[in-house]
Amino acid sequence: MMLIPCPWCGPREEAEFHYGGQAHVAYPSDPAALSDEEWARFLFFRDNPKGPFAERWNHSASCRRWFNVVRDTVTNEILAVYKVGAPRPVLA
Amino acid sequence: MTQQEFRTVQGGRIDRDRPLRFRFDGRDYTGYAGDTLASALLANGVHRTSTSIKLGRPRGIFAAGAEEPNALVQVEAPFPEPMLTATTVELYDGLVARGLGGQGRLATDPDPARYDAVHTHCDVLVVGAGPAGLAAASVAAASGARVVVVDDRSEPGGSLLGTREAKALDWVASVAADLHANPEVRLLTRTSAFGYYDDNYVVAVERRTNHLGASAPAHLSRERIWRIRARRVVLATGAHERSLAFDDNDRPGIMLAGAARTYVNRYGVLPGRRAVVLTTNDSAYAAALDLLDAGVAIAVIADLRPSVSPLWTERLADRGVEVLAGYGVERVVGEERVSSVVLAGGREFEADLLLVSGGWNPVGALYSQAGGKLRYDADLGSFVPDGCREAVAVAGSANGTYGLAGCLAEGTGAGRAAVEATGFAAGTGRELPAADESPVTPPAHTWVLPGDETVQFVDLQRDVTVAEIRRATGTGMRSVEHVKRYTTAGTAHDQGKTSGVLTSGVVAHLLGVDVGDLGTTTFRPPYAPVSFAALAGRDRGALHDPIRVTALHAWHQANGALFENVGQWQRPWYYPRDGEDLHAAVLRECRAAREGVATMDASTLGKIDVQGPDAAVLLDRLYTNLMSSLKVGSIRYGVMCRPDGMIFDDGTVIRLAEDRFLVTTTTGNAAGVLDWMEDFLQTEWPDLRVHCTSVTEQWATIALVGPRSREVLGTLAPDLAVDNDSFPFMTWRDTTVAGLAARVCRISFSGELAYELNVNWWDALALWEAVLAAGAPLGITTYGTETMHVLRAEKGYPIIGQDTDGTVTPQDLGMDWIVSKKKPDFIGKRSFARADTGRPDRKHLVGLLPDDGETLLPEGAHLVEMESLPEPPVPMLGHVTSSYHSAALGRPFALALIKGGRDRIGQRVYAPLGDVLVPVTITGPVLYDPEGKRRDG
Amino acid sequence: MAEQTMIRRSPLAPAADRLAGVGSATGGAVTLAEVPFLTQLNLRLDPTGPAAEAVAAELGVALPTGPGSASAGEVTVLWLGPDEWLVVGAPGTEGELEARLRSAVGDAHASVVDVSAQRTTLLLGGARARDLLALGCALDLHPRSFGTGDCAQTLLARAQVVLVGREAGEFWLLVRASFAAYLVDWLVDASTEFTSTELTAG
Repeated sequence: MMLIPCPWCGPREEAEFHYGGQAHVAYPSDPAALSDEEWARFLFFRDNPKGPFAERWNHSASCRRWFNVVRDTVTNEILAVYKVGAPRPVLA
Repeated sequence: MTQQEFRTVQGGRIDRDRPLRFRFDGRDYTGYAGDTLASALLANGVHRTSTSIKLGRPRGIFAAGAEEPNALVQVEAPFPEPMLTATTVELYDGLVARGLGGQGRLATDPDPARYDAVHTHCDVLVVGAGPAGLAAASVAAASGARVVVVDDRSEPGGSLLGTREAKALDWVASVAADLHANPEVRLLTRTSAFGYYDDNYVVAVERRTNHLGASAPAHLSRERIWRIRARRVVLATGAHERSLAFDDNDRPGIMLAGAARTYVNRYGVLPGRRAVVLTTNDSAYAAALDLLDAGVAIAVIADLRPSVSPLWTERLADRGVEVLAGYGVERVVGEERVSSVVLAGGREFEADLLLVSGGWNPVGALYSQAGGKLRYDADLGSFVPDGCREAVAVAGSANGTYGLAGCLAEGTGAGRAAVEATGFAAGTGRELPAADESPVTPPAHTWVLPGDETVQFVDLQRDVTVAEIRRATGTGMRSVEHVKRYTTAGTAHDQGKTSGVLTSGVVAHLLGVDVGDLGTTTFRPPYAPVSFAALAGRDRGALHDPIRVTALHAWHQANGALFENVGQWQRPWYYPRDGEDLHAAVLRECRAAREGVATMDASTLGKIDVQGPDAAVLLDRLYTNLMSSLKVGSIRYGVMCRPDGMIFDDGTVIRLAEDRFLVTTTTGNAAGVLDWMEDFLQTEWPDLRVHCTSVTEQWATIALVGPRSREVLGTLAPDLAVDNDSFPFMTWRDTTVAGLAARVCRISFSGELAYELNVNWWDALALWEAVLAAGAPLGITTYGTETMHVLRAEKGYPIIGQDTDGTVTPQDLGMDWIVSKKKPDFIGKRSFARADTGRPDRKHLVGLLPDDGETLLPEGAHLVEMESLPEPPVPMLGHVTSSYHSAALGRPFALALIKGGRDRIGQRVYAPLGDVLVPVTITGPVLYDPEGKRRDG
Repeated sequence: MAEQTMIRRSPLAPAADRLAGVGSATGGAVTLAEVPFLTQLNLRLDPTGPAAEAVAAELGVALPTGPGSASAGEVTVLWLGPDEWLVVGAPGTEGELEARLRSAVGDAHASVVDVSAQRTTLLLGGARARDLLALGCALDLHPRSFGTGDCAQTLLARAQVVLVGREAGEFWLLVRASFAAYLVDWLVDASTEFTSTELTAG
C-alpha cells in the first residue's frame, strides 16, 4: 500500500486514488489532422519503462484532483509529484 | 489421563496452579497455563505428532516457535482450524487437536467468531520484543515518540524467555511495564508482523482471544489485522536455528538445540532423558548445560569443528560430559523415536533425544519483503541485511549479532537513531542489564554429512532430501529459485524458516560453488500463515461490499420486492404477488405499463449538475451529438464515447438554464462519468469555465409509465398543464406534485407515455405514496428492473454495459443519427474514420426471435451460422446480450450482437444450447411499436 | 393521502433506535446519532478571485485554502478541494443561504448547488470514538494529527465520508445518503468491540 502525496490533501493511502496511466499524453489539438497511424499511436501506445515513469493519479476519494507523479516502477518509490500542466521535473 | 512425567519439578514460566485438560489424537492429557500444545505434549512424553506428507515417515516436534516444520495439527474443538503448528497453539482448557500429515480440513460450519482490522500510525515500529527490540523500544518510548512494538509470542522477552538470565528477565519485565504505562506506546503480544509493504506499511495479525478457547468473550474480535504505517521501522526479528543434512535426521526425538533449551527453561519440560548433541557452533553448549541442570543426561557432544574452545570442554568435563571435536552423526537408530545415535567411526550412544545446531539464520523475511538486500557473511555462516530503501534498521540477531550485550547495544542504537530521524530527542531507556559474554569460536560451515542422500532431509515438511536436490542440480538447475520450484523445498506453511538457507547450502555443496553467490530464494508475504477469516475481517456477509439503497428501499422491502444488484446498488427486481414467479410477475408488470399505469423507483440514475458559461461547450465535446442547441426547458438523449469511438455511457441532458445542465448517467457509471468530465476539465481544457457537481442522491426519481400515467400526474399536479401540446415529449417542468417541489421530465424508456418525477431524497417516500394513492383507482402497478429491461428491449433501447462491452460504437448499435456530422470534433469522432470502425463485418445490435416461439435464449449464448456443429474451431457470429419473455409480443425475444447483423435481417442462425441448436431468426432491434405511436399516450 | 406521510424522511430515520443503542451498549464509550436535514451547499469558485472574497465577507469567515474547516455562527465551511467547499448550515436554511451565496458571487464564474439531501450527517462521540474510526479509516487520527476543526474526505470502511473534528472530541461523518445504511451497519457492528463488559458480565 503506497503512501501517495496528494499535492492538496497530503500523503494518503493508495486505495484513495485512481490510476490514470502515462502522463504527458495530450489529447491531440486537431485529431482530424492525424493519420490513422498517428491516431492509433495516441490511442493505443504507451511507454512501459523499468524505472522512473511519469504517470497520472486522481485523488478520487477526496479532492478529486488529477496530478502527476514520477514513480520508479521497480521500487514504487515516488520521486516527484507535480501539478497538471507542469513539465516533468528533471531528476538527478 | 496420563501424568506429566516429563515436567520439571519446578521452574519455567508456566502456572502450575492452573492445570488445563486437552485431548490429542484421541487421548486425554493435562498441561498448564502458559504451555503451548507442543510443550504440553512433550511434558507428557509425546514427541511424534504426525507422519510426513509424501513419505509417511513419523515426525515429531522439532522447534519451539513459528519456525516449526513438522508438528502441524488440526484443532477440532472448540472450533475447527486446520494447519496450525503445535508450537504456536497456546494451550487452553478443552482443546481438542490431532496431528496432521500435511493437509487439514476446513470447517463446514460458519465461524461464529468476529474478526477485524485496525489502522495505526507511529513514529517508530519495533518488530520483535526480544532483547534488541525491547532495548530499541525503551529508548524510543522515552523520547515521547509514538511507538508500536509487535511480538508473536504470548509475552515479551524473545529468546531470553528460553534462558535463565534472571537479571535480563527482570529488565524485560521493567521495560514491558514502562511500555504498557506509556500512553503513546502500544505493546502488542501474540502479534505476528507478516507483511512489509511500500512506504513502511507493515501488516500484522494479532491473535487476541484464540488462547482463551471456548471462554473467549464474544464481543471481541478473535483475530485482528493491524495495518501499521510507521515513519521508521526497527526489525529485531531474531534468528532461527537451522539443522544439518545427515541420515535419518527427521526422526521424532531430533530437535533443534535452542528449542530444547526453551522447553526446559520456559516451559519446565524435559524433552528427553538422555541426549546426544550435534553442533557446528557454540550455542548448543549453553543448551546442553541448561538441560544438564534440569536433569537431562548428555551422552556426548559431537562438534563438527576440528577443535573446540577449552572454555566449553572444561565446563562440560566438570559435568562428566565427553566432547568429541571433529565428529558428526553417521546414523540414527529408532523410527518412532530416537533410541540411539551412531557417530562417525561407529561409536553408538543410547539416547532418546538428539539435539542439533547447524548454525543460525537471521530472520530476514520482512527486511527482504521491504526490498532489503541480503549478503552472505562467511564468518557467521549466514545471510545478513545489506541495505534497503525503506526507512528501516535491523538490530540484534536479525542482524547477525548473537551475543546478549551486542543485541542490547545494537537495539539501543537503532531505537535512538529511529526517534532522532523522526525529530524527537532520544530519551534514556531502562538501564541495560549486565551481560556476561563468552568469547565465540567461529562456527563450522557444514551443510551435509556423509551418508545416504535419500534419507538426508533438507525440508522436513516437504519431504525434500539431498538426493532430490541432487536430481534438480543434475538436470542443470543452477538457481535456488529453480531448485525450489522443482523440489518444492521451502514452499510449505513454514516457508523454509529452518530449511531455506540449508537448501542454498546443499545446492552450493553439490555444485561446488560459494553459497554467498547463490543467495536465497525470494521472501514474500505472509511471513507466517494467516487465516482467511482474519484477512476478511469485518468485510463479510452484508458488509462484504457496500449496499447502496434508495430513499424507498424500506418500502420496497416491506412490499415484497425481490432485489437485484446493479453496481453497488440494490434495486427492486420485481414484486411477486401471491406465489408468482419471475415470469408471471414480469408479464403482469409489463402489461400494466403497456396498458394502464405503472411506476418504478429510478433514483439510482447518476445525476450531475454542470454549471458555467462554457457548460454547453463541454457537453458538445463529450457527447457525440449536439447539446449546445438544446433549448432551456428541453431534454435530449446523448451518448458518450471514449477516444477510441467505443460507447462509454448514455443518458439524458436537461437544460436548466443557458449556463446550467443536469446530466443523467447509467446507474453503475455515475462516478465514472463525473471523473471523466473532471479529467478533461482539469487536464485538457482548464480554460473552460465549467463546474460539475454530483447530485445523484440529492434527487429521488420516480418513473410514472403507461397510457394512463397522464391522468395520475394530472391528479397530483394541479398546477401543471399535462396535455401533449403544453407538455411535449422531451421537455421538463418545475411544479408542485403532491404538494412537493418537483421537477417533472417527459422521458420514456419504454416507448409508452411516461414521466420522471424528481423530488429531493427526503420527500421521496411522500411522493411515492402519493403516486400509489392517486394511481390506485387505475390499478397502478409497481415494477422493477426486470420489467424495465423487457420494456426497453422490446423497443430496442440498449443498456450500456449489457448490450455493449467497450467494443461497440454508436454505429454498431444502429445509432448513426446520434453522431453529429456538424461538430468539428468530439471525443471519439476521429476513431469513426478508422478502418476498423468502418468494417462491414462489425457486430451490429439486432433482434432475435426463436423460431419455435417458446425458447428463452440464455444471455451470453453464442450464435453460429450452421445447423449442425462442425469440428472445432466453430466460427462464431456473435452472442445474445439481452433475452426476455414479452407480454406484448406473446413470445420470447432477444437482442444480440451479430457480425454484419443488419445485413442478415430475415436470416436464420443457430444458438447452440447444450446438445441442441436452437434456430432463431434475425430481426431489426425494434420489435414493439416501431412507429413510436404510443409515446404521446 | 394521509397528511403524516408528507413529512420529510431523513436517510437514517429508520436507524435511529440502532444508533441510540450503540451508546447504551457501550456504556457511552461510543455514541452515534444522525444530525438530519443540515443545509449543505456545494460551492465551487476560484479561491484567488473576487468571488472568494465576496463569499468570505458574506459568511463572515474566510474560505479555508487547504484541508480543514472554518465556522461563523451556524455556518461551517468544509474544504473539499482547491476550488470546492461544502457550506453547512442549520436545517431549512438552504434556500436563503443559496440566495446569499449567489448574490455574493454575482457575475463571477462560480457554482452553487444545493446538495442538502445528497449526504446525511452522523455525530460520533464518546471516549472511544477515535478507536472506532481506526477500525475502518486509514487516516492518522491521533489528536496531534486530527483535532477540532480538521476536515478530511476519506474512506471509512468502504464508504467515502467527509470526516470533521468537532468540539469535545466529537466527529461529524458526512456520508452520501445511499451509503448511509451500509455505514450504520458497519458502525454498529464495529462498536460491538466496545461493548460494556459491566452489562455483559454473567
